[in-house]
Amino acid sequence: MRTDIILSGVGGQGILSIATIIGAAAIKEGLYIKQAEVHGMSQRGGDVQSNLRISSSPISSDLIPLGGADLIISLEPMEALRYLPYLTKEGWIITNTVPFVNIDNYPDKEKLDQELAALPHVIALDVDGMAKSVASPRAANIVLLGAAAPFLGIDAEKLEEGIASVFARKGTDVIEMNVKAFRAGLEYAKSNLK
Amino acid sequence: MKNTKLLLGDEAIALGAIHAGLSGVYAYPGTPSTEITEFIQTYPLAAERHIHCQWSCNEKTAMEAALGMSYMGKRAMVCMKHVGMNVAADAFVNAAMTGTNGGLVVIAADDPSMHSSQNEQDSRFYGKFAMIPIMEPSTQQEAYKMIGEAFDLSEKYKVPVLIRLVTRLAHSRAVVTVGDIREQNPMTYPSNPRQWVLMPAVARVRNKELIAHNVDFLAEAEQSAHNCYTDAADKKMGVIASGIAYNYLMEYFPSGAPFPVLKISQYPLPIEKIRRMAAECESILVLEDGQPFIEEQIRGIIPPEGIVVKGRLTGEVPRTGELTPDNIREALGVPTAEVFDPSPLVVPRPPALCMGCGHRDMYAALNEVAKEFVDCRVFSDIGCYTLGFLPPYKAIHSVVDMGASITMAKGAADAGQYPSVAVIGDSTFTHSGMTGLLDAVNEKSDITIIISDNLTTGMTGGQDSAGTGRLEQICQGIGVEPEHIRVVVPLAKNMEEMKQIIREEIAYHGVSVIIPRRECIQTARRHNKKS
Repeated sequence: MRTDIILSGVGGQGILSIATIIGAAAIKEGLYIKQAEVHGMSQRGGDVQSNLRISSSPISSDLIPLGGADLIISLEPMEALRYLPYLTKEGWIITNTVPFVNIDNYPDKEKLDQELAALPHVIALDVDGMAKSVASPRAANIVLLGAAAPFLGIDAEKLEEGIASVFARKGTDVIEMNVKAFRAGLEYAKSNLK
Repeated sequence: MKNTKLLLGDEAIALGAIHAGLSGVYAYPGTPSTEITEFIQTYPLAAERHIHCQWSCNEKTAMEAALGMSYMGKRAMVCMKHVGMNVAADAFVNAAMTGTNGGLVVIAADDPSMHSSQNEQDSRFYGKFAMIPIMEPSTQQEAYKMIGEAFDLSEKYKVPVLIRLVTRLAHSRAVVTVGDIREQNPMTYPSNPRQWVLMPAVARVRNKELIAHNVDFLAEAEQSAHNCYTDAADKKMGVIASGIAYNYLMEYFPSGAPFPVLKISQYPLPIEKIRRMAAECESILVLEDGQPFIEEQIRGIIPPEGIVVKGRLTGEVPRTGELTPDNIREALGVPTAEVFDPSPLVVPRPPALCMGCGHRDMYAALNEVAKEFVDCRVFSDIGCYTLGFLPPYKAIHSVVDMGASITMAKGAADAGQYPSVAVIGDSTFTHSGMTGLLDAVNEKSDITIIISDNLTTGMTGGQDSAGTGRLEQICQGIGVEPEHIRVVVPLAKNMEEMKQIIREEIAYHGVSVIIPRRECIQTARRHNKKS
């Protein structure tokens, strides 16, 4: 198995915790991992991305080539589109629909929605709203992880174990809240795949 | 899976060093090298072994302290970003001249494509300049292993060894299998104390010894398993790939390349292996991240005629910017995948100062006052406040190197500029601003210095800042008049006070220091969570 993922968002949104959980689950599965992150200046409210590659065979490049990503997982709709040329033609975009507007020339929301809807394989959901209603606003990134779960090539139970291990130090309440958020995202994705 | 860990390249270096018997790491934070020292600061075995891991004031003090630890026979490591090598250069180059006692390894983390830097300089040139061995890992696993080998090499030949990383390795995670844990070195004095005194007569002797050792360094590189020649049938082109470039190359040939490949991860360049490729292949393509370090040198290694050398200098690979799997594709003859067109809706999202950051209030006040003059010039420095260049503030006119704000403001004032303002952060001030301040004080330069104090080293993620709590005393000690050291809390409600202070100090025709002081909101948030 091999899944090449681009995680994207705005600095501070929490894309790296998604990567950490997928990484923890992948390690338990004995998979190879490479995950290139962005640290430093661009983390200050700029666009951020992480290339996450998981595979049952060794991985050479830390970066995913153009047209090579199976998945774009994005906490922000415009940031999902930024990496479009990296997606394979059969690839999926799993994205939050809520814009993060910290620039004056942010594109029109409707046009963004239209462009996303015109792509062949997209799951777009309001992860902020869903996190708020089922768990806590802080679990928005975990809702998104849940929505991406059917495409990762790792069983959902293993990902839940990953959540448990990553949040272990924060106690069972936090784990349960995040598992709830994860399942809500997962259900949404499943029902929209039919 | 007990012996495996998911580690950043930086963390692999850190853990490798701890396991190799490190006694001290010395560093100043700088992307992409910061996480090496941070890992050691929080790793239990490092605390258990009393490994020194406090931040240094700058890269030069770090390099010198590490050399001192090496003098005492213990293993020391110095970590910095590539431009930090410029600051450390005096100590670095002369550490090759003194030689070492305990193993001394210097880690330089280069930043091709300038993700978080002001230039693309390639630290391998520094290693060659200092005439010492250089290692350049391709993977996190190699990084882990190489640091131990670098200590061995350093102790074998009694010279520092340079390890060069690039951003994409430093900040990329992979699973690393860890090895045995070695003991630290006991304290021992150098066997030849004379060579540590680099008076000309001694230095001339040492220079010859170091040059003689370069024959050994070459022999080590020729035999090194890190410089691996893999032969193949198609001899139209051979590829030399160094460090991380090897990963991008092999991305396209998971079961082996159809042409000969020489992977280079240890320098000086293995001449015999390069000559073999030149003899057997019609052309050589050089893939290296950073500047054309190998490409330029091999032109002197192989016969000038009969073989074409391709790379960054000849345009097959872009002259600037980091390598990617994409920009080497054409040079390798790998077809381009069919891809989606870029979305026309996507616009750039540049980084910005955090909402609520004290630098924002400082710039808001400074801009208001600057407007009262025909041409106020603001010389700034390296840190979060560099973002004051971008909208909405557009407040600064220069950013060059650590500390340059104060000295450039002084030079501009010498030339007749008024008002001449310097904006520098607290950590940058203690890194390289203090000596420049003394220059200004000695000449009573007509400058206004704003030390925007957020009580931390903010841009790199909130490391301790060397002068915290003592900036006024430091400025006074250097000779700034106490009545012209003004402290204010940068908050919107204090806007009028801030403006008035800036106005008064610009009006004073001598050196004044204004210290807007409020904790970085990122570190404040973390502190609140803890308490």
